[in-house]
Amino acid sequence: MSDQMLAETIEIEGFGGDLIEAYFARPTGAGPYGSVVVIHHTPGYDEATKEITRKFAYHGYQAVCPNLYSREAPGASPDDAAATARAKGGVPDERLVGDVEGAARFLRSQPASNSKVGVIGYCSGGRQAFLSACNVEVDAAIVCYGASIVSDPPAGSPSKARSIIHLAPNVRCPILGLFGAEDKFPTPQEVAQLDAELDKYSKEHDFHIFEGAGHAFFAVDRPSYRPEVANKGWEKVWTFFGKRLGG
Amino acid sequence: MCTYVTENVEIAGSGKGANGWFSLGEASVYFDHPAHVPLEHSLNIDFLQPELGPSARVAVELDAASARRLAEAILSTLSQVPQELTQT
Repeated sequence: MSDQMLAETIEIEGFGGDLIEAYFARPTGAGPYGSVVVIHHTPGYDEATKEITRKFAYHGYQAVCPNLYSREAPGASPDDAAATARAKGGVPDERLVGDVEGAARFLRSQPASNSKVGVIGYCSGGRQAFLSACNVEVDAAIVCYGASIVSDPPAGSPSKARSIIHLAPNVRCPILGLFGAEDKFPTPQEVAQLDAELDKYSKEHDFHIFEGAGHAFFAVDRPSYRPEVANKGWEKVWTFFGKRLGG
Repeated sequence: MCTYVTENVEIAGSGKGANGWFSLGEASVYFDHPAHVPLEHSLNIDFLQPELGPSARVAVELDAASARRLAEAILSTLSQVPQELTQT
């Protein structure tokens, strides 16, 4: 582990060749390092997500977090950008896949890369991490309380996200799933359904439903934060990515 | 975000944001995770002018009881005003 890192805002090429904003944090050593694409939650490309990105660098990974709202709200503050994206129904799936592909390509092109790339996403990003596991060439994926994988959002929601459980046969990498027992989006029943679907297609996965936690238990700046569960979750993350992405 | 309930309403008026006053065209009312108030969910109102971009936004996040008191206060205030003043 190295505590010396460089972190900065950059531009990467995303879906359709668009240049999008991204936050890149990496150890300053020569590597080789595994890499992680961090997919932010619905509240956007915010301070807390940048902190997560730096946490990966601290643990010896190159990490990049694309600003998925770059196109809707260039230069806007993360909360204004998130409100705009929310009103528009979120990020289209096809565009998300292109942006994650671009981020993975960027990470693999770095001189210190060991060519392994994982993806992790929180909340809406959890669903998008699963979507990435089905569509992008990545070596591992972590789904943190991703809603709308198994069920569509409730009627009346502005979200255009739709269930993607039917994509389970396309999963191309091992998946770690971290969920809260008190979460309603997704419920433990939905998590069990996804678990069974991945079993059905013999897709390697490891799901954990933590008692004493609901949605967003990793979010250190929110009352949903559950330090004990988050710490256990991070241990799972380091073990899983260590095995799949380690140098 | 995760309760998803949203109502959008066309409005006319003005709001004061980070860069001063601007005219409003739309309000979005939703119950969801807040950006700032330390609650898991809050009643959020975005006063917007979409023509001016995402930063043309005045945002409030209220706990549910406060939101109800505010809604009642608005209706109560309007009911006490002579009708001819509130016809637009």
